[in-house]
Formats: sequence, C-alpha cells, structure tokens
Amino acid sequence: MADVTLAKSTPAPRTRRFSEETVAGWLTISPWFIGFIIFTAGPFLASLYFSFTKYDVINPPEWVGLDNYNRLLTRDRLFPLSLRNTFIYALMYVPLHVITALGVAILLEKARTLKGFFRTAFYLPAITPAVATAYLWVWILNPNDGVVNQALRALHLPAPAWTVDPFWTKPTIVISQIWMMGAAMIMFLAALQGVPRDLYEAATLDGAGPWERFRSVTLPLISGVTFFVTTISIISSLNVFTQGYVMFDKDGGPENSALFVVMYLFKRAFGSGYFQMGYASAIAWILFLIILVVTFVQFKFADRWVYYEHQAK
Amino acid sequence: MSTIVQSPYDQPRLRTAAQSEQGPKWIRRLGDFPLYLALFGLSALFCLPFVWLVLTSLKPPAEVFSNNLFPSTWTWSNYSDVVDQAPIGRWMLNTFIVAILGVTAVVFSSSLVAYGFARLRFPGRKQLFALVIATYLLPGSVTLIPTFLIWNKLGAVNTLWPLWAGNLFGSAFYIFMLRQFLLTIPQDLVDSARLDGASFFRIYWNIMLPLIRPALVAVAIFEFNAKWNDFMTPLIYLNNPDRYTLALGLANFKSDFQELGTQWSLLLAASVIFTIPMVIVFFVFQRYFMEGVAHTGIKG
Repeated sequence: MADVTLAKSTPAPRTRRFSEETVAGWLTISPWFIGFIIFTAGPFLASLYFSFTKYDVINPPEWVGLDNYNRLLTRDRLFPLSLRNTFIYALMYVPLHVITALGVAILLEKARTLKGFFRTAFYLPAITPAVATAYLWVWILNPNDGVVNQALRALHLPAPAWTVDPFWTKPTIVISQIWMMGAAMIMFLAALQGVPRDLYEAATLDGAGPWERFRSVTLPLISGVTFFVTTISIISSLNVFTQGYVMFDKDGGPENSALFVVMYLFKRAFGSGYFQMGYASAIAWILFLIILVVTFVQFKFADRWVYYEHQAK
Repeated sequence: MSTIVQSPYDQPRLRTAAQSEQGPKWIRRLGDFPLYLALFGLSALFCLPFVWLVLTSLKPPAEVFSNNLFPSTWTWSNYSDVVDQAPIGRWMLNTFIVAILGVTAVVFSSSLVAYGFARLRFPGRKQLFALVIATYLLPGSVTLIPTFLIWNKLGAVNTLWPLWAGNLFGSAFYIFMLRQFLLTIPQDLVDSARLDGASFFRIYWNIMLPLIRPALVAVAIFEFNAKWNDFMTPLIYLNNPDRYTLALGLANFKSDFQELGTQWSLLLAASVIFTIPMVIVFFVFQRYFMEGVAHTGIKG
C-alpha cells in the first residue's frame, strides 16, 4: 500500500525523547491496542490453555493434557458429524452464493433502465435480520402447508420435506442464505462496472464473441472481488450458527443433520447442564486450525487465478 | 479519486462496440426483452418472500398457510396481540440502546485509530497494522469463551455492556476501511494546519473527520445493521427477558411465550416489527449503504 500521503515527521526537539508525532501516533492507536490485548490476544492464548484443561467456571481449571482433543477426535460421535455437516453445507453454499451473486450482477450491469429499482429489489433480503429470515423460511418451506410445497404439488413435482427430512435440512439453510446474497452482488456489480470499456472494444475487434469476452476480459479483471467474496463466503459458512439454531429450535435438527461445529461448541460451553469450557475451547481451536489451513491454501493459490492490476504495469 | 467516495453507479456509461453494432434504438430495445424478463422474474423471486411475510402478518391466523396473496380481512390485531404477549417495546429499546452506543463507540474509536495508522509516523506502525489485518481474519469463536469469562468476572453477564462495549476499542475491518479513505486526503491541508499550530488531534477532529464523512456514515450503517442483527452475543450474555434484544426475544418467542404451539401469525408480525427499522435505515441511507458495500469488495 502506498504511503505517499503520510505526514512528514516533524523534527524532534533534542531535549525530548520522542517526537510529538510519535507520541500522538501511539496515543491515537492506543484504544485498538488495549482492546487487542484484552479482547483478542489474551482470549486467544487463554482459549488455547483452556483447551488442555477441564474447566466448569466454578472450579479452577484442571490440566488434562491432550484429553479433550483425544476425546473429540476418537470417542465423540457428534463432533465428527458436526464437522461433516459444516463441510457439506460450505460445499453447497460457497459455489452457489458466488455464482448467484455474479449471475445477478451480470444481468443488472446490462440493464439500461430501472437499474436502481432492481438493485434495491435484489438487495432488500440482505438487510432482513437473521432470526427473522430463519422463521420466514421455516414457514415458507413448511413440508405440509408451506407455500413452496403447495406450489410444487400443484405442478405435480416432488415436494421435499425440507425441515423434517435429514437430507433436506442443509439445502433449506442454503436457500435461506442464498436469498441474502445482496452484498456480494453489489460488490460484483461495482467490479463489473470498473472493467474498462475499451478492453471489450479491443476484444470485439479481435473477433471475440460474448463468451470469450466474458472469459478472457471480465473474469480476470473482476478476479480480485471474486477472491474476496469467495474468502468471506468460506469463512462465514464454516462459522454458520444462527440459521441452524433458530430454524431447528435450538437443536441440531432431525438426526442432528443441522448440527454445525459452532452450534456444538455453543452447546458444550453454554448449553444447560454442560458448561464444559475446556472441551468447548478444544472445539474452537480445531475449527480455528481448519479455517487457518483453508485460508492459507486460498491465499497460496490466489496468484494462479487472481489478477492484480499492478502486475500488468 | 477526485471525491472521497466515488459512486460507480453515477459514471456515464460508454456504449460498447457490441452494443452500438446492433442498429436502431427500437431493435436494441427489443433485444433487451429477454434481459428484462429475466430481471423481473428473478427480482420477483427475491422480493416475494419479503412481500409474502408482510401480507401474511396481516392475515387472520387461520389463513397463515393459505396461498392467497392478500388477506381476506386485514388483521391488524396480530400486531397488538404480539405486543400484548411479549415485551416487544422493551426489546426494541434495548436493541436501540445497544445499536446506538455501539455505533457511536465504533465510529470514533475506529476513525481515531485509522487516522494514526494512515497519517502519523511512529515506530512500530507497520507491524501493528499487520496485526490489525490479522485480527480481522481471526474467527470470533476462538476468543468467545475467554471473552465470556472476562465479562462474567466483571459481573456484566445479563447486562447490555458485553453487547457493545467492545466497540470502544475500534474494529479491525473499519480501521482498515477508514484508513484507505484517510490516505487519499491531500497532505497540503495537514501541512498548513500544522504551520498554524494545530495539534495532531485537532487535525483529526477538524480536518479528517469532516472530510471522510461519507465513509463514517457507511461505517455507522454497517455497524447498526450488525448490532441489530447480532444474535449470538445476546444469546450468550442475556437470560432475563427484560434485558433481551429483539433478535434474542424473537428467537425465544416460541419457547417463552407460545406454550400452546406455534402461532405463526404472531411470529410473523414480530418478524416484521423486527425488520422494519432496518428497512427504514436502508432506504434513508441507501446511497451510503450501496457505496460502502461496493467499496468493501474493491478495496477489501
């Protein structure tokens, strides 16, 4: 990042140890730094420590070594299931989210009139609060009386038992989340509008058809935003919580098919009768390591497909 | 950038070669027909659940699952019933308290920190800023439990403090975003203010803050939305129905207030009450909202 506009440091008077600017700099960032120590670095290390202990908040933590991890990975039946559920959910959600948002953005970018109207229409679901969205879709997708299944039956199509059949619970959540793709769509739209028109002209003169223009001009030039949207989609899907929790009455849904990692963590830490802070911290750390690896791989492969403007110069 | 926030939507659009090839205007219009058909169809699909929710919240309870779009009788009593059954007013007040305190705290703290990182030179600046970025990528679940233990020690469980006070220390994402804006402000303004004897804090307050106002509004709206929406934090910290926020109250509505089975019409009316303030904020600040989101993708 360019630092060209940074203030030139004022020469420090020899009598003082630090220049006025240095002191001002430290003072301005001090709120963040204090918060970082108290609410990020401290808790980060503390949760690592707790993950090696047995801790119920009332009695002091008791060191158990790798017991929590051992139990989670070999004897706990629900944890591997919650991991599996989370991965399946992410595999459905991430591509669908990115493709839907990009598809709608491409259509919108082509529109010459009523653009603002459509933009609002597609964005509106994204501001609906998560808890309201959960109820809304449980009601719409109600297996017996829901509007969607009434319509499907009228068309003589199979009507899935969305919220009851373990196979369909994850798709139910995916649908409710894809409905809220507005933010990603706006980001894609801005990126599409930033593609220089003359590149399309040049490609057309070279005989490129619409598909080739899209593949070799549009996609590379918006790849920075695609990368960003994909990254936040992955992280948010691995942390999925509210939808599952509210849609399935604070539980994992039929046959625990909607029990996700963060829901399981929450249950072990705060669920009535549990308060297993050590065990829950171990869950948090396994999830953290998974997210770390996934993000690392994503960034590692980024230079293969993400185009940054400064590379061209 | 010439202005602080440049809207990607306001730029005059140049016609591409492909478009100008297509001949007279009316033929182009005709060629747009499939595009508009798709746009109308898809946007209806996205809006219908929303419209359906509002209309059904006004239907008599027996019609909750009927497939008529409009209610046979407009049943406003669903709304008065829901307010009678649950302390919705109290929950809304709590949510507003959390959102307003949280927004105010995060706007000032994040902009001050961003100013330090963008415009002041001090030892450790680069390394500390790298830490800011790292914390942005850190998932909240890994700090969740110790953070709860801190608030528990402070006796703040079942108060509204844990829901907003973290904002006093800035937020990594907003610090990053505001720093991008602050970097674009010309140095001449700072230099002349320094010659006039202005302190660094005065420059932040009198020069920087007014110049990045659109970005501050975007941050305020994002944070308002985040606090309005937040479900997990109140779920962890609040257990007294009088202290609930709307998100938690609504989530517990079925178990706390509907022992006799789900009364969907009331639940839907409550969902509408919960959503409306956000819709109002959205329409009032739509421009800032859209620009902020678009900017997040491009600069993020």
